[in-house]
Amino acid sequence: MSTDVVGGAAVSTDVVGGAAVSTEVVGGARGYRPGATLSLWTEIRRQASRRRTQMALGFMVLLPLIILIAFQLDSGSNNDNGGGNGQFSRLSDLATSGGPNFTLFTLLVSSGFLLVVVVALFCGDTVASEASWGSLRYLLAMPVPRARLLGIKLAVSLLYSLLAVLTLVGTALLAGTLRYGWAPLSAPIGGEIPAGTGVVRLLEIVGYLCVCLLVVASLAFLLSVSTDAPLGAVGGAVLLQILSNILDQITALGNLRTVLPTHYNDAWLGLLSSPMQVDDLVKGAVAALAYATVFFALGFWRFLRKDVVS
Amino acid sequence: MRVRLPSLSRRQIISGAVALVLVAGLVGWAAAPKPKSFRTTDQMITVKTGPGDGSEVTLDTTLYLPKSAGADDPVPAILLAHGFGGTKQSVRSDAERFADQGYAVLAWTAQGFGRSTGEIHLDHPDWEVKDAERLIDWLAARPEIRKDGNDPKVAAVGGSYGGALSLLLAAQDARVDAIVPMITWNDLVNVFLPGGVFKRQWAGEFFGSSENPADPQCGRFAADICKAYLDIATTGRSTPATEALLRRSSPSQVLDRIKAPTLLIQGQVDTLFPLSEGDANARGIAANGTPVRVAWYTGGHDGGSGPQSEVDRLRQLSDQWLGHYLKGNGATPPTSFTYSRVSGLNAQGRGLVTAASSVDAYPGLRNAGAAVELQGPDQRIANPPDGNPAPISSLPIAGLAGLLGTAGAGGITREIPGQHADFVSAPVGAALDVTGAPKVRLRVASPTGDATLFVKLYDVPAKGEPSVPDGLIAPIRLTGLPKSIGDAVPVTVTLPAVVHRFEAGSRVRVTVATADSGYWSPAEPVVYTVALDGPVDLPAIAGIPLANPDVVWRYVLAGLIAAIALGLAVVLILARRRARRIDRSVDAELVDTPLVVRGLRKEYKDFVAVSRVDFTVRRGQVVGLLGPNGAGKTTSLRVLMGLTRPTAGEILVFGHRLLPGAPVLSRVGALVEGPGFLPHLTGAQNLELYWKATGRPAEDARFDEAYEIAGLGTAVNRRVSTYSHGMRQRLAIAQAMLGLPELLVLDEPTDGLDPPQIAEMRKVLRRYATGGRAVLVSSHLLAEVEQTCTDVVVMHRGEVVAAGPVDEIVGESPSVQLDVSDVDTAEKVLQELTGVRSVAWSGGRGLVVDIDGAPRAEVVAALVRAGVGIDRVAPRRRLEDAFLSLVGGDTKASGERP
Repeated sequence: MSTDVVGGAAVSTDVVGGAAVSTEVVGGARGYRPGATLSLWTEIRRQASRRRTQMALGFMVLLPLIILIAFQLDSGSNNDNGGGNGQFSRLSDLATSGGPNFTLFTLLVSSGFLLVVVVALFCGDTVASEASWGSLRYLLAMPVPRARLLGIKLAVSLLYSLLAVLTLVGTALLAGTLRYGWAPLSAPIGGEIPAGTGVVRLLEIVGYLCVCLLVVASLAFLLSVSTDAPLGAVGGAVLLQILSNILDQITALGNLRTVLPTHYNDAWLGLLSSPMQVDDLVKGAVAALAYATVFFALGFWRFLRKDVVS
Repeated sequence: MRVRLPSLSRRQIISGAVALVLVAGLVGWAAAPKPKSFRTTDQMITVKTGPGDGSEVTLDTTLYLPKSAGADDPVPAILLAHGFGGTKQSVRSDAERFADQGYAVLAWTAQGFGRSTGEIHLDHPDWEVKDAERLIDWLAARPEIRKDGNDPKVAAVGGSYGGALSLLLAAQDARVDAIVPMITWNDLVNVFLPGGVFKRQWAGEFFGSSENPADPQCGRFAADICKAYLDIATTGRSTPATEALLRRSSPSQVLDRIKAPTLLIQGQVDTLFPLSEGDANARGIAANGTPVRVAWYTGGHDGGSGPQSEVDRLRQLSDQWLGHYLKGNGATPPTSFTYSRVSGLNAQGRGLVTAASSVDAYPGLRNAGAAVELQGPDQRIANPPDGNPAPISSLPIAGLAGLLGTAGAGGITREIPGQHADFVSAPVGAALDVTGAPKVRLRVASPTGDATLFVKLYDVPAKGEPSVPDGLIAPIRLTGLPKSIGDAVPVTVTLPAVVHRFEAGSRVRVTVATADSGYWSPAEPVVYTVALDGPVDLPAIAGIPLANPDVVWRYVLAGLIAAIALGLAVVLILARRRARRIDRSVDAELVDTPLVVRGLRKEYKDFVAVSRVDFTVRRGQVVGLLGPNGAGKTTSLRVLMGLTRPTAGEILVFGHRLLPGAPVLSRVGALVEGPGFLPHLTGAQNLELYWKATGRPAEDARFDEAYEIAGLGTAVNRRVSTYSHGMRQRLAIAQAMLGLPELLVLDEPTDGLDPPQIAEMRKVLRRYATGGRAVLVSSHLLAEVEQTCTDVVVMHRGEVVAAGPVDEIVGESPSVQLDVSDVDTAEKVLQELTGVRSVAWSGGRGLVVDIDGAPRAEVVAALVRAGVGIDRVAPRRRLEDAFLSLVGGDTKASGERP
């Protein structure tokens, strides 16, 4: 047994180790700075090369085109749902009236589930997949400080989520305008909104949707740092979203429903009414931010204390 | 057999329990019924009533008494009357709400309804009103009710039928201290015969709702009322007698006697008791100097209770009113007027959205406003025989309009061709608000001299269907008309009061129709001529919008965002402070020692993976970390990589204390627990991105050397997911060596490599350690360690059982394995040879010779001299022996120890 026992001589931190190596950060290798590890751009590149990223973004382009083709196939025969399906049928009737309306319809059909899945995918998979590949421990041993690793990963996931939403909106607006023209936005209630204002409204809607999607993002992120199974994190977040939606359907719950994270998810429809109804939007934003803050904080708290054993 | 539950740590149990309690508490708090703050007593009360108190009626009552009420703490009382066709049960929720606020509430079923006896006299002063007086007597006799002398503090509250009762009661009984009549009438003649036209659908709805098998014709109506109804309904006209009967039940006759402060609530969506009824009541009561506060809301007999925001506004108004005039709480409420306008449908299908406004004093229905010019020629319109077909302007059943999907947005009107005259304005330039009763002048000619017409105000939007706001129309009956339109004199028609906004681009239209499903109209076919005379006057009120209670959420949102920003800043500052406080001291004596592990211990919640580990790796050493599976090797390496935190002890790398994320880790290259690559990238891309992620200069990476070590050739440009196990392993070793770190930590590096690669790897590692670098190799392959390493650390059951140079561990007297041609001769020769400690037969032609000091060559020479043939001479694997003796042949992994 040959352990050197050293009297507790704490030496000033100016002492640099390494024989021929000069260090810039105390004890670090040459050129190592914690703040320079895993840059945003590196992480963007790491994620961009993934099939899942490419597929998700590709589908955001594809979906509006699929919807467009589906409308083309409409034979104009009787509509079998009797037209009594509330907002949905009214918006779908208006979908072909112009580019902005087509975009609105695309948002309506995708906001409930598709965007939730995509955001859950980007945010739920980000840490869990690294854990499952085993690359997480090499990032940490690099060392990328844990908070930085998490911050960069989160920022990039959110960026990709935003990119997905914007891609969807952009494609729909482009395809819809090319096919149906640049017409004012006709809302199911509240009459017409001039196309220019309509685009501003669409952007506001996207903004609100993004705030609402923060709940899914944060939940997926929390699960992502808690499990090594990417599918578990993504599925878990989507599942809880579905559960919240189901509970929201049960009117017997009364006012309890207003605390459900998805209760105000449709509030963006208020932006289309005249005058704009923003009260529910504000409540929805409060709920979303509150949930997101709690989940994000839990995620960070967990990961910074976690034993990485994957 | 006992089944063991999964064991939980104390922390898990506590945090789980806290979460469970919180959730359960929240749900319970929200869902659990609150304990009632009041008692209820059901009682049948018999009262002397009727003219001259000549009759007895038994009333079905419920008294809601706050539990706090008693003789020493008497409470004010509220007489809560129900609407037509209802019972005391219809007002239960309101009663409970009031009782909860500390009022004694007496709800009763009016005579002629439910379980109460008697007949329906339509709030006759001698019957229903007298019943209520007797109930005040009854309340006055109770000690729990607050009194001034013998006069109990009592308010009368009710809607519709109950509203008129409260008005009539306040006029008849001075003991009433405050009233809150809602959506009720002023004059029943005006109500049922507006403009002289019988409102047959509503009247029928009223009259048909009373069921009594004993009298199929009249139900439970009093005979005189029944007769009057039958009379009017048959002829479509009133007579002085029937009018007198209806007026007896009308507050219009007694308003001057009402001294009780009145909060008058009238519905804007009410074709039965329109705003004009409330207006007449308000003016009549206010004329005596009695405080009157008027409120309109977007509901009524057609519109129901309106959206929640309206319900809340009315509750607040009535609570304030009763609080002051009954309990004496708060300042005198202002007599300001509030109303609201439907601003749209809730976008999420949650009903209507309204915008409430307020004016300092009640302005009435006929304010100045805009005069809008209407265009339209003189028009001839036909009265259909027997009033059929007729447009439907409203449906006399509250809420039914909502079912048809037009809730409050307007009447479901479709004009019949040839039966209506339209006078339309140009599109209005800006949004035009109408609050009050519009007025229009018509000229009408009729061949019979008479005409029954229905005048409506339409909103014709630029896009969409025209609609009559709230379905309110003005029926008129004109007599003495000329036959020619040229001779016709203008008549002023006051349209029903509305609160409505014509959006910019909409047109205002006045339509004169000849029939309406809700009203009686003449049976004979006639053709009228209708002309418009002048503009339509649209009154307006400059109301001040009431603060939207939901606005508070905007402040909540702003506060939340600020709190998040602040919290983030605080966390960052605390984290920075904590990082600064971390002990970053350097052990000066160990600055040149790659690795020192001292007293390392790692416990997991249910077992100890590493109990105590101490060892040192010096420059130039290749140290093998040996141990059976589960000895704690990988756990130690995890701590060394900063992946897990040790329970006790410390690791010093070049004198720096190793914590998760310590910068000194950048001087350590590692392969722990197998390779970790992004499978969708090529080997080269993986290495490149790995190095990019370190943030260090690219020229320090030494990619060429790394690729050489990996030896993957062109395969580096293939995706890692296509690699074999061995290829990944080599790539991982190459990654660990990127930048030539001063300490290289490899966990089972030869896993998956083939023998030539293993041999090559040995050379690489030996070479790597020269020049001052150090290598720590963990393995369970003894031969590999023996041949590769300079030093060895043997772990067993989470402890170091031996450490030192390989030679030292193996021992200085290596034994030799010999395969000879003649075992017996050889044994004899060797036993005689000096320097040989023992000879043992190891089966077949093999011998194991323990040579103590004698060189191997001498042993071989001695045998050859004796003529013994030697097939093989091999040094015995002594590390294996040493290892087995150290771990005691115990193959149990340390993880399995109890």
